[in-house]
Amino acid sequence: MSSKGEILKRIKANQPNLVSELPNLNLLGSEQFDVLETYKTVLKGIGGDPVEVADYNEIINYIKSNYNLEKRLITTLPELSEIASLDWKTVDPHSLQDVELTVVKAHFGVAENSGLWVTDDILGQRVAPFITQYLAIIVHKKDLVPTMQQAYQRIGNMEYGFGTFIAGPSKTADIEQSLVLGAHGARGLIVFLLD
Amino acid sequence: MSSEKTISHSVAATKFNKDVERVNWHDETLWFVRSKRDKSAHQIADWELLRETASQIKFNVLSNIHDYLVEFEANAQRNGIIVHWAADAKEHNEIVHSIMAKHEVKQMVKSKSMLTEECHLNDYLAEKGIEVIDSDLGEYIVQLRKEPPSHIVLPAIHLKKEDVSETFHEHLGTEKGNFNPQYLTESARQSLRNTFLTRKVALTGVNFAVAETGEVVVCTNEGNADMGAHLADVHIACMGFEKLIPKREHLGVFLRLLARSATGQPITTFSSHFKKPRDGKEMHIVIVDNGRSTQLGREDFRNSLKCIRCGACMNTCPVYRRSGGHSYHNAVAGPIGSILAPNLDMSKNADLPFASTLCGSCTNVCPVKIDIHDQLYKWRQVLVKEGHTPKAKTIAMKTMATVLANPTVFNIAGKSGRFVMKNIPGMVNNKMNKWYDQREMPDVPEESFREWYKKNSRESKEKGNE
Amino acid sequence: MKIGLFIPCYVDQFYPKVGIATYELLQKLGCDVEFPMGQTCCGQPMANSGYAHLTKGCDANFIANFSGFDYIVCPSGSCVLHVKDHLHDEKQEEKATAIRNTVYELTEFITDVLKIDHIDGRFPYKVGMHVSCHGQRGLKLSQMSELNAPFFSKPEQLLHSIKDLDLVALTRKDECCGFGGTFCVTEEAVSVKMGQDRIKDHESHDVDYITGGDMSCLMHLDGILKRQKSRIKTIHIAEILNSLEN
Repeated sequence: MSSKGEILKRIKANQPNLVSELPNLNLLGSEQFDVLETYKTVLKGIGGDPVEVADYNEIINYIKSNYNLEKRLITTLPELSEIASLDWKTVDPHSLQDVELTVVKAHFGVAENSGLWVTDDILGQRVAPFITQYLAIIVHKKDLVPTMQQAYQRIGNMEYGFGTFIAGPSKTADIEQSLVLGAHGARGLIVFLLD
Repeated sequence: MSSEKTISHSVAATKFNKDVERVNWHDETLWFVRSKRDKSAHQIADWELLRETASQIKFNVLSNIHDYLVEFEANAQRNGIIVHWAADAKEHNEIVHSIMAKHEVKQMVKSKSMLTEECHLNDYLAEKGIEVIDSDLGEYIVQLRKEPPSHIVLPAIHLKKEDVSETFHEHLGTEKGNFNPQYLTESARQSLRNTFLTRKVALTGVNFAVAETGEVVVCTNEGNADMGAHLADVHIACMGFEKLIPKREHLGVFLRLLARSATGQPITTFSSHFKKPRDGKEMHIVIVDNGRSTQLGREDFRNSLKCIRCGACMNTCPVYRRSGGHSYHNAVAGPIGSILAPNLDMSKNADLPFASTLCGSCTNVCPVKIDIHDQLYKWRQVLVKEGHTPKAKTIAMKTMATVLANPTVFNIAGKSGRFVMKNIPGMVNNKMNKWYDQREMPDVPEESFREWYKKNSRESKEKGNE
Repeated sequence: MKIGLFIPCYVDQFYPKVGIATYELLQKLGCDVEFPMGQTCCGQPMANSGYAHLTKGCDANFIANFSGFDYIVCPSGSCVLHVKDHLHDEKQEEKATAIRNTVYELTEFITDVLKIDHIDGRFPYKVGMHVSCHGQRGLKLSQMSELNAPFFSKPEQLLHSIKDLDLVALTRKDECCGFGGTFCVTEEAVSVKMGQDRIKDHESHDVDYITGGDMSCLMHLDGILKRQKSRIKTIHIAEILNSLEN
């Protein structure tokens, strides 16, 4: 605790007294573009797959035809209970290591970077979107905002323990700038864009 | 920390330039990253306004950092986070170790944190018998090779896939001669997955700490910070105090700038906001000074604390691209490292502000508009005044100053052997040969401009006609 | 309008033809030009090496030579930038300020003060423009590739008006050549490598000449070209703009 006092004392003595105001953020984020088209283009550009669907049935059918249902599929959404389990939210997170596909729903998405905002209350477990081999996130088309400017307006004072923007699958280019999907987290990301 | 004698930037750079093919490759690879940055930045109509806004927010932070820190700590504590304060690297390392000791844990998984590089945490913990595994792929590679990272965002950018293949063959038993990045990354994934599943303590860095909410934001592409933190019992997040931003809404500005500046991506894959620990788990934040408060007091250099560690100044720096990160002998290399390092140790890092042509490209790409090249210039003045430059150079400069201040002496000196060329540029100590090693000298003309002017100017002609 | 001609010390002694071209060009454009004979050096070599505190004598001499002109014009962005940013004198700060406000690099003087965007001239060669950093990023003579802002270039605008001049588009349009003052000897390996790489860019566009607004960059590039026994020549932009009568 003694260091805290010392550090703060030094900072107080050394910090300049120049700027008290903060800039006006309302000047930002006024770019005009087609939000849905941009969202899809950006997502594809960073290795994710946009899939437009009309309802949950289409999502179920898509998953049935693209994933092996014998493997472990988990979701937070009762609408998907036919194909994925719902009873994992209180288990030891380490036990999720064999999950093949996690399906969750995002609060909203951001067109300029394809990021999807998710928080722990809708993730089931914080590690769920990371430890899974593949990830699918559902977002309503009406819940797409243009830029991060609108994104934080929407988040506002939202209460959460943990929240993250997820933009595309986990990736790395640490070996000679060669892009490889599936570094530590999900190898692929499907975004179901729901009417 | 290290007792080895520091090799100066120019000596290391000369060695780096021995392998021309490799320098070309290094330059092109980083130029490619700079080009991706340009493309991405130029797509955002608001780009320059974003930079200006970010700069203004950071100026506000520098002026009010005391109050923001107090606010941040109170909010973080309210969120159930344990906050520590470290005056220097030593105390930072001790705090981290004490948390490990309290939990009787001997193994840690760590995501990227340049602060822990700056504090040499890995070495410290190793001495205490604690094993640290770096989980960012680039850091994992350099850790296996017992090298420091050469770039803050791209730690293994100095290595080719052949080097990585060799390292993984030796340490992970991958196929010899298999250079495929996909294969090598997959091997690291398998190995590190086991690490994530077995570590009780995870350490991460911090990209932004929000005073208003007490939350910290950690950005990765790999998801390694999250894999570590969400599976461990204890999450330790370490941050220099300059990571503070006033409000959550300011993240909207910085997250638009960070990844685009760094790699040209629109945003990192994961931008994780850690506000509270998981139920029954612990989260610690270590706030570190380690010279930052001193830098805050240096009027000419405090702006360096605006840095958000995107690495754009390195990618664009023509010197960095042709000398490699290790030649800067500092945790943070390149232009920004060269204005941060002298604050930590002037004598050891006196060479770094001179490892630049002052071309100014760094300042232009900086997302928070740090006047990097002006600070390099200003550090040169400070280092000279504090006596950190060679004596011979000082003597030569003094001679030059005397001659150039006096036109009569200058003209005599000029005639008798072109004073300027012997003394400028930097033919100090008469090391003419350094120019001549790979360059011809300019031809000496019959007469200087002023000699011509005396004979041919309008006035002298008019005089002649009278 | 009385113009003080500021010729960098190394141009005076090694590249008189650049000084002559500048002088003749300005006269051709209708200016009353005088070269103050007592001028030496702006002090930049010392300042950039960390010895700005030794430049007081240079500053006083500069002020003594250049006070009273309507404009001061110089064929070097780098030297102009130094004067603009660093010329001070406690005893005559008003004079120093006046000079800082009226010192111009040659091409910006032509486009911004004389408001001329067309020069009569002919130069029937393929030319690569080396954009010098201090002129570009310091004096903002042209747009910088890092910024998200519309393109412009004061020197290129003038070059485009020269007949039969074929100006190439470089791959890296504004990368530093590596001269950097004392950097060229203290960091010799990187300096030369940077110069070689710049030359390669010009070579790949098959230029006859590399031109630019700063003779220091060109001196460095020329030294490398000559060592390589290259057919490519360097030429200061003032010489091209003054090419009609030569």
